[in-house]
Amino acid sequence: MIANLGFGVLLITFFVTLYSALAASFSNPKAFAHLFRSISGARTESLANQLEKLDTPQRAASMVESARRAMLLTFPLLTLASLLLIYLLVNNRFEVQFVYEVTSRSMPTYLKVTAWWGGQAGSLLFWSWLMAAFASLVTLRKWDRDREFLPWVIFVSCFTLAFFVGMIAFYENPFKQFYQTATGVEAYFIQPANSVLFTPEDGQGLNPLLRHPGMIIHPPMLYLGFVSYVIPFAFAIAALITGRTDDRWIRITRRWSLWAWLFLTFGLVLGGRWAYDVLGWGGYWGWDPVEIAAFMPWLTGTAFLHSVMIQEKRGMLKHWNMLLIILTYDLVIFGTFLTRSGVLSSVHAFAQSAIGPLFFTYIAITLVASVALVIYRWGTLRAETEMHSLLSREALFLFNNLLFMSILVVCFWGVIYPLTSELFTGTTVTVGPAFYERANGPLFAALLFLMGIAPLSAWGHSTLQTLGRAAWKPTVLAVIVTVALFAFYTQNVYALIGFFLVAFVVLITLYEYWRGAQARQRSHSERLFAAFWNLTGRDRRRYGGYIVHLSIALMAIGVLGIELFQMETQGTLELNQQASLGGYDVVYEDIARFTGPDGREVTRAVVGIYQNGQYLGELYPRIDYYWDAQQAMTIPGQRATMKDDLYILLVNWEPASATGATFKIYVNPLVNWLWMGSLLFLTGIVIAAWPDKDPEREPVRAGKHVRQVSAAD
Amino acid sequence: MTGLKRITSYQSLIAILFAVVIALTFQGTSFAQGREPTDDEVNRIAKKLFCPVCENTPLDVCPTEACRQWREQIREMLSEGKAEEEIIDYFAVTYGERAAGDPRDKVRAYLLPVVAILGGTFLLFRALQMWKKPKAAESTILKKDSPASQQDEYVAQIEEELKKRS
Amino acid sequence: MMTEIERTPRRAVPLWTQIIVWAFLVALLAIVATGLSRAQEGTVQPGHVIDDFALTMYNGYELDGKSEVNFSDLRGKVVVINFWASWCKPCEQEAAELQQAWTEYEPTGEVIFLGIDYVDTETDARVYMKKFGIRFPNGPDLATKISQYFRIKGVPETYFADKEGVLRYVHVGPFVSIEQIRSQIEPLLR
Repeated sequence: MIANLGFGVLLITFFVTLYSALAASFSNPKAFAHLFRSISGARTESLANQLEKLDTPQRAASMVESARRAMLLTFPLLTLASLLLIYLLVNNRFEVQFVYEVTSRSMPTYLKVTAWWGGQAGSLLFWSWLMAAFASLVTLRKWDRDREFLPWVIFVSCFTLAFFVGMIAFYENPFKQFYQTATGVEAYFIQPANSVLFTPEDGQGLNPLLRHPGMIIHPPMLYLGFVSYVIPFAFAIAALITGRTDDRWIRITRRWSLWAWLFLTFGLVLGGRWAYDVLGWGGYWGWDPVEIAAFMPWLTGTAFLHSVMIQEKRGMLKHWNMLLIILTYDLVIFGTFLTRSGVLSSVHAFAQSAIGPLFFTYIAITLVASVALVIYRWGTLRAETEMHSLLSREALFLFNNLLFMSILVVCFWGVIYPLTSELFTGTTVTVGPAFYERANGPLFAALLFLMGIAPLSAWGHSTLQTLGRAAWKPTVLAVIVTVALFAFYTQNVYALIGFFLVAFVVLITLYEYWRGAQARQRSHSERLFAAFWNLTGRDRRRYGGYIVHLSIALMAIGVLGIELFQMETQGTLELNQQASLGGYDVVYEDIARFTGPDGREVTRAVVGIYQNGQYLGELYPRIDYYWDAQQAMTIPGQRATMKDDLYILLVNWEPASATGATFKIYVNPLVNWLWMGSLLFLTGIVIAAWPDKDPEREPVRAGKHVRQVSAAD
Repeated sequence: MTGLKRITSYQSLIAILFAVVIALTFQGTSFAQGREPTDDEVNRIAKKLFCPVCENTPLDVCPTEACRQWREQIREMLSEGKAEEEIIDYFAVTYGERAAGDPRDKVRAYLLPVVAILGGTFLLFRALQMWKKPKAAESTILKKDSPASQQDEYVAQIEEELKKRS
Repeated sequence: MMTEIERTPRRAVPLWTQIIVWAFLVALLAIVATGLSRAQEGTVQPGHVIDDFALTMYNGYELDGKSEVNFSDLRGKVVVINFWASWCKPCEQEAAELQQAWTEYEPTGEVIFLGIDYVDTETDARVYMKKFGIRFPNGPDLATKISQYFRIKGVPETYFADKEGVLRYVHVGPFVSIEQIRSQIEPLLR
């Protein structure tokens, strides 16, 4: 009954969303009239006239209001559907196919709740729920100055939502139930004739890999990022359709874009941390196509973050920003598509299903429509200023965009290459990490360099002299640091270049921060710490940005450490035998086999760690075997310090017993800088995105135009 | 004196013999008869290969029975003295190109990204150059800070507000 | 914010740029669409005329005295193509039945069994074949060419071709009895 109710709610939501989208678009017949006018012909001309006659303000306003309310309705509807699904999940209702696939009796309750996004159908529902939430949130802002955007923002949001809800309602429905007919047991939307509800004894259980705390939060974080990018996209389309192609859409969505970027970054970092903790590969990023599918929107999102600043400050790059946000949106959908369509082979992929072609059609339609719109409005996106200097901040931001787009090209090509290779030569190839590392390495290095000098350059004009004057002291210091590293740490050329660039960025950023604080200290006679605090508070965007850049440099330290200096070894040890790696001695001390609370079989080894003869402690690598899912997980024993990580695995393809167990040991130098850096990153973005007293609330009267001043000026 | 010398040379002979024995026991990385390649040596090559059946899993971490067999095969080939290149080639020929971790036809794989990036750089520089040219020839838009333009701005602003409210 | 007064005609996107952009987009979508349709394809289906392929057999296995067999040489005979691997547990369920069926049909000279070893090591393959006494022609699928052609989704899978070399039946998974094998061969013999 509950499942049928859920199905009904989904159907209703679909029609409500469809209605909202249609009402919003038809509230503005003039836009269609305009479109028809551009196609010459007597019939289209008369159609255009008729449409324009329909456009009265009352009609428009009431239709928009109706559309808005319909859209607001989708959130409670989807919340209801989600709650119904969670109820089914928590109560072991295995007659529902989704519940059967992702839960089992032995799972704890909190895991059953998170199983909501643990499978294809449920995760699509989660996606839709977030979309409805954000669309509703955006409607709650003050629309007085932007009345004309409203219908189109509603249209785009509801168009996207209708697609996802439609896909769930008619294809990947989480409320399908098992019925037994004459031919056998299968899942159906509606009860077929002469059938009986079939309830399996127990479910298959959530994929063991998904039962880890990191995994619980990784998909929601990623989806938050993905879905948040729909809003800036909606505003961009609204701007294109209404012809209000000035900065307005960017200013409205600036905070959305920042938060979307924050969530997406964090989703990626959490995914890396989870892979490191649980997958047992000793690494955090495998350049797997699905990882890259989530990484690509991040690349365009970061480029977008920077280039909108150029549009705000200098009025340039209007075309480019439109293209970037469209690209981000389509990459978000494309990424969601790649993981679910079976087009690419990947360890992450959901099971292949029929929604691949649906997704593809949606991507094709939105891509073609958006590009057509941009081309149509190309002429109205005039730039207001010119570029004077190749070293000005806007020029450097452009190089930044070029680098991000280059990395995007490399990643996209790597993902597509097996496909094209198979089509044109008939042989399937695998594009491994080596390709991406080799191609992206220099690009990332160039980005690091830019991160260092861009804060030094000024809007409008900079020369080699001005940059040099600002940068020479930190650069000299960075060189000294590198030489010291050469002498005491490593002679690896790539590492030294990397560390030099990191030092370069850190020192320049700190230097700039210091100079700002000093200036403030002088002018406000504050103590140093207060100067830093107030400086950051007054100019949140700039100093938040500095902190973000700093944190990325710190994360780069971690990446350099683990990529270039990772040590590994594998060997079979008998009891009390030891293995050595990277200055650590690992002694196999004990092993135990027992059943865990949720029925999993745990094989747990105890290893003692020594360094230079000194006892450091014990670690407990283990293998968890889940009977219901027939899958094993290898959980490493880890010892983390800022200098390195000792990471020990019990390999699960060899027997582990008192006579002998096979261990894989990794020493990952500097990797914890990556995780520490990401925490600082979060702080930086939160600072940058912290709401200011909103100058938008000041009423704008015709005749006295207030050009919006951003806090970073 | 002579007695001491004799003892010393006898001792040094023992020392030399001892050293030779030690040296013979701790051989280098050459594969002498019967010495089995270590897990690390197998993994060094397995890292560069992918599991021929699993989805995109490197061969050194794949836990399936099949992968264990392939790693054993690598061990066998190593103990026969085969070089890394030969082993990777063998895998590609026997199990298909997708077992080799890197596209072996490097030109085709790297060509497009390199061309695209160079093309993008070129386009960027063209765009920068275009923007440096003063736009006087293209339009009669007045400079922003002249009073005439401010008046025009005011007029245009009124016009737009009127348009919005009509 | 205001838009500037436009006194010059708007600069639209030049035609050649539009053509390039659209061509690129269409090409991209076409590639993805093709990949998608390929991913959605199942195995080769009955009615398909099977192209010629070559199988080099393991040492000790032969057909008509030759250690390599071309599918086109087998015209006029019913061919049972069985994909298996030593690491495949379900394959073991049908191994004995397949060998038994081979001993039944080999004397007639009208049916050929071809065993195709899918991504396997020779050592383990031999252990498997010895364990089940497999004697019908068997060889490794080098570079997975044959299995890619048939678009197999896993092992074991068995493909039955009639005397004209046309695929007549696809059996996914292991056979549960020798009767199942016979019931597919018999109709093709007529």
